[in-house]
Amino acid sequence: MQQTRTVELGTGLFVFLGIAALFFLTTQTTGTGMGRVETYTVTARFDNIGGLTARAPVTMAGVTIGRVEKIELDPERLDAVVTLQIDRRFDQIPEDSEASILTAGLLGGNYIGIGAGGSFDALRDGDEIFLTQSALVLESLISRFLFSQSEDDNDD
Amino acid sequence: MGLVREIGATFAAFIHALGSMAIFLGRLIMYTPAGLLRFRLVVQQVHNAGALSLVIIMLSGFFVGLVLGLQGFDLLARFNSENVLGGATALALIKELGPVVTALLFAGRAGTALASEIGLMKATDQLSAMEMMAVDPMKRVVLPRFLGGVIAMPLLVAIFTAIGIFGAWVVGVALMGVDPGVFWSQMQSLVSMDDVREGIFKSIVFGVAASLVAVYEGYTAWPTAEGVGRATTRTVVITAVSVLILDYMITAALL
Repeated sequence: MQQTRTVELGTGLFVFLGIAALFFLTTQTTGTGMGRVETYTVTARFDNIGGLTARAPVTMAGVTIGRVEKIELDPERLDAVVTLQIDRRFDQIPEDSEASILTAGLLGGNYIGIGAGGSFDALRDGDEIFLTQSALVLESLISRFLFSQSEDDNDD
Repeated sequence: MGLVREIGATFAAFIHALGSMAIFLGRLIMYTPAGLLRFRLVVQQVHNAGALSLVIIMLSGFFVGLVLGLQGFDLLARFNSENVLGGATALALIKELGPVVTALLFAGRAGTALASEIGLMKATDQLSAMEMMAVDPMKRVVLPRFLGGVIAMPLLVAIFTAIGIFGAWVVGVALMGVDPGVFWSQMQSLVSMDDVREGIFKSIVFGVAASLVAVYEGYTAWPTAEGVGRATTRTVVITAVSVLILDYMITAALL
């Protein structure tokens, strides 16, 4: 009898600790943040998304308000269609706001920054952001710089 | 010529062992519903495989976390990014070190115990005695031990990982002065639910593999003192190798 009691106590303790650890791992270590929050989706078209990936943050004034859900290539217009999931709490974003692809730090990942527009109508679920600014690709920047340099030289 | 024949024989033996292990697993799965009805036997084995491994798992997890925190801090400090320490250690523990190291410890602590216990039962004719009493030793002896291991493993991995993260926290925050808020927020922004799911999936697969190897080796051991010893050794070796190979395959498939 004493023996079964010890077994039960030990097993109970073990199972309790295991489930507590699982609970800790699933709730405390992960950023479930957007997982359960009510969201709405808007799309934006970019000529070039640079290094933007799915799950990248969407920010407004530097505050994360959503995530990139998916990125697709429009087979006809040949530009990138980025679907954004935005927290329902922020449903007052003007519909003429601008979305631009920015880089966090020198080597950091890309994210989308939304700059507020002036319209009184807010973005709704399924809307598209028309004003967009593509990612700055370093190579094209450099080539543009060199090109303008040589033009300056020709003017002289 | 002799070498070729030897390689061929080794290969044939390997295929043979693989096949008989697969059939063994199939029989175990077939018996599982009946085995779960004998719940007390399974609980007893969860106790043997899980609760008795608790101390070594917690101790190892803590020290793995400490070392990971220290090494991670040193490495990240060279890039001036000590702040991601929490995320880096948590990812490493959740996705790789937790499942793999726990499986290796499990093989050493519980797998050897299972293999030698079943092997010794066979060597002392206890299994034959059961068969004579019309008790199937597969159902009475092997299956509860297998199920106990399969149930215990994911819980052990979770405990190992959680304690490892605590160890990394001790080094990073308490000793090295990483900001505690940044430690947690970096972890939460870096680790996604998919990473945790990957770790849990790995722990279940490893639990099945480690328990299967242990009970199979014990059940098929030569019924001699030497045979039982050899089965115990083989349990550790085969579990370690197969867990590492499985780990690579799962990682490649899920990445």
